[in-house]
Amino acid sequence: MQRIGVFVCWCGTNIAGTVDIDQVKQAAEKIPGVVNVQDYQYMCSEVGQNLIKNAIKEQKLDRVVIASCSPRMHEATFRKAAKSAGLNPYLVEIANIREQCSWVHKNKEEATEKAIALVRAAVAKATLNTELVPGEIGVEPRALEIGGGIAGIQTALDIAEAGYKVDIIEKTPSIGGKMAQIDKTFPTLDCSACILTPKMVDASTHPNINLYTYSEVEAVQGYVGNFEVTIRQKARSVNADKCTGCGICTDKCPSKKAESEFDEGLRKRGAIYIPFPQAVPNVPVIDREECLKFKTGKCGLCERVCPSGAIEFNQEDTLVTQKYGAIVVATGYDLINLDKFGEYPYTEHPDVITSLEFERLTSAAGPTAGKFLRPSNGNKPKKVVFVQCVGSRDKSSRGKTYCSKICCMYTAKHAMLIKEKYPEIEVYVFYIDVRTPGKNFDEFQRRAVEEYGVNYIKGMVGKVFPEGDKLQVHGVDALSSETLIIDADMVVLAAATKAKDDAQELGRKLSISTDANNFFTEAHPKLRPVETHSAGIYLAGACQGPKDIPETVAQSSAAAAKAIGLLNKGKLVNNPCVSQVDEQICSGCLACTKMCPYEAISSQVIEVKEQGKIVKKTVAHVNEALCQGCGGCTVTCRAGALDLKGFMNRQILAEVDAICL
Amino acid sequence: MGRMKIIPDAKKKELQQILEISGENVKDCMQCGKCTAGCPASSSMDILPHQVIRLLQLGQLDKVANSQTIWSCASCFTCTTRCPRNIDLAKLMEAVRLTIIRSKGSSRLKADDVPGKIDPKMPQQAIVSGFRKYNK
Amino acid sequence: MSLENKQISSENTSNFKPLIVAFCCNWCSYAGADLAGTSRLNYPANVKIIKVPCSCRVNPNFVLRAFQRGADGVVIAGCHPGDCHYTSGNYYTRRRFTLMKNLLEYVGLEPERFKVDWISAGEGNKFAAVMNEALEQVHKLGPNRKLRDARWKR
Repeated sequence: MQRIGVFVCWCGTNIAGTVDIDQVKQAAEKIPGVVNVQDYQYMCSEVGQNLIKNAIKEQKLDRVVIASCSPRMHEATFRKAAKSAGLNPYLVEIANIREQCSWVHKNKEEATEKAIALVRAAVAKATLNTELVPGEIGVEPRALEIGGGIAGIQTALDIAEAGYKVDIIEKTPSIGGKMAQIDKTFPTLDCSACILTPKMVDASTHPNINLYTYSEVEAVQGYVGNFEVTIRQKARSVNADKCTGCGICTDKCPSKKAESEFDEGLRKRGAIYIPFPQAVPNVPVIDREECLKFKTGKCGLCERVCPSGAIEFNQEDTLVTQKYGAIVVATGYDLINLDKFGEYPYTEHPDVITSLEFERLTSAAGPTAGKFLRPSNGNKPKKVVFVQCVGSRDKSSRGKTYCSKICCMYTAKHAMLIKEKYPEIEVYVFYIDVRTPGKNFDEFQRRAVEEYGVNYIKGMVGKVFPEGDKLQVHGVDALSSETLIIDADMVVLAAATKAKDDAQELGRKLSISTDANNFFTEAHPKLRPVETHSAGIYLAGACQGPKDIPETVAQSSAAAAKAIGLLNKGKLVNNPCVSQVDEQICSGCLACTKMCPYEAISSQVIEVKEQGKIVKKTVAHVNEALCQGCGGCTVTCRAGALDLKGFMNRQILAEVDAICL
Repeated sequence: MGRMKIIPDAKKKELQQILEISGENVKDCMQCGKCTAGCPASSSMDILPHQVIRLLQLGQLDKVANSQTIWSCASCFTCTTRCPRNIDLAKLMEAVRLTIIRSKGSSRLKADDVPGKIDPKMPQQAIVSGFRKYNK
Repeated sequence: MSLENKQISSENTSNFKPLIVAFCCNWCSYAGADLAGTSRLNYPANVKIIKVPCSCRVNPNFVLRAFQRGADGVVIAGCHPGDCHYTSGNYYTRRRFTLMKNLLEYVGLEPERFKVDWISAGEGNKFAAVMNEALEQVHKLGPNRKLRDARWKR
């Protein structure tokens, strides 16, 4: 027989005001197994806790039931007290007679009766409680960063500085991301490359950071602290160790038809190319779709001119598997496709460009060396029209319902950049609303209007007609209700931002969710903005939603702090209330494996003795590190072989019985 | 110009009827003016397409009903295709026209008159829509 | 009037004290019940709560056992669909107990005695409302005699 101690708390008058403590005590004493019943004004106080500790030691109690407030309040307190008295903390049971009894009932008789029933149920459960010991799992002291843009670089640098190893996986041949393509940054107009490239170099030279460029995530297995990630390193066709980055091969390559991804198609590149001069690593890659050697078998010029013999046409994709404790996802964003916006002839007319193309056109390292010229004829434009909200805040199937957040600011920046270089160019900005919350943001936008003379027009452009060598822009000024026609030379479209097309696929590999717009969902929009619902996986940057650079960097450092916090623990304690399999009963149907939301149940083959012979048998196996203890599998199991520790079938049934007495 | 008196609920019933006929929600509009900017008939309109929606949002149904605009609208659906908020303005215009037609006078087309008016070349759809417009 | 009917009417008029067993998930509904407490929202003392980690932990057996032991009503409360702490647990609850309800109806138990509802941690009001409603239903139906095991003490 168990030796159970029952401790009834008065909670001042909170409980004692509505519940007759003496009656509860008398009833408790009569329950079989109960050997000690005490009461106190405040059981959670130090005196109260000492009362419990002493009783455990003196009365040799092996179960403790505390009738007090909600377990959500003080279960941890009482478990700790029991532990310090040498009792396994999971042998403590709480009867919630405050929140769920004395506070909601006024009739003293009824409340007392209910309190007794709740104590009875808690004793019934406690009788069947078993000692539980939480398991420990190790944490691999290494982090993975998916995406090598500013978000990925910042997170990696922060984690590396804290002393942990970080690997960055970048899909393209160089890290840098969208920020590398940008000319100037708002609201300070400082040069984007000047602040980014030193960070890129830091990342590549940091002893704790390892780059996997031109690589993708192939598969992810494991769980928090112990992820196992398979990385596909796509064949570069260039040996990165031998290559010195001299650039002879890229100069000599006879195929120059491919459009440069970095310059948004405004410049051609060779089949063997370095994406941009400051690329990290500064190693070329062969585009096998374009390369003559791969297409026709003839050529191989790059191989002949390479002074270090680094060209390797027969290179193949390699798969690397690596263990990680934490993963940070920072895959960034793209601009939406404008093919369906027929009213703005983006696909037909070279002078209609996107904002990202504009960045390349004004960049000193861009295709025009920073001279702002019309792509169609190389002349300097006289009138430039900017159209905001192209596809943003758009409920139709062509666009995105959300605000892309960054366009108002970069459009003001673009307008200013034009006016600064060429004050004589007329600049018009069509907007629906100008949204500039942020430090020095509104001042910046107003400067464009007040100092630089940019014409802001509230209204939209209905249609852009190419006419002669001009673009006739039909718009409206909604404030004066006048329709306008502007003979523009160039039209710049602020295309909406969108999540990466493969975000969902990556989300599936990582078991993290995406929202209706394919942005990754954070665990809580306010209180857990950089965590995901999967423990050990964090989010940084625009893959979680549209963001500007300062916000991205802030979120990246936050994600890094979370990852460092996890890696720093070294060991994780898991919840001991996990599922367990009775291998004798398990029939091996494995219905539980399909139900488990954490994929914590797998199959295993065991040897059992059956009629004197040893036979092999397939049974379910619970990974205690993965199991979160929901108990759903216990109901799925037809044989009843699964049970949840801490909430066993017989414990809950005992509670039901006790309540129904 | 007198001060506009905004009583959004004054014409609630009529407005509701227009919204029901068209199936559109004027509250979706954020007044970007793209409908006006692309409208080929805007030059002959006294109030512009985006103002039509604004007036409907403000419950100023009379101003819309008495305007030239609803009769200038050619129902070309340019505004409908381009609206970023998915509002079918052409439908709304038609709904306003319908409420006017329906409310004026008594039934101008009786079923008994139809046989005498039938022109063999007239599509059936025209008869049906004539009924819809001129019969109460 | 048959003996049984007499008994029921006497119980109805005098002191029928119904018992409702509520299974509440730890993350939403149990916290909702606590909130009802901290907000001092009254509901009758006949409702007694059993904490489970997730509504999907509730085995149909538990419900049957409660009825067998003389409970007059059973409520299962979980997180709102989409809010489950364990991602998808309450979807299983929803499916399982839709079937269970059909079964109970088939064997002759009034389906109103059993309900599954979603109560979030912030819905103390809803918790009290759901319990009051369940109790009202049970009061209308009278004591559970169909599934009750006569040998049990209650």
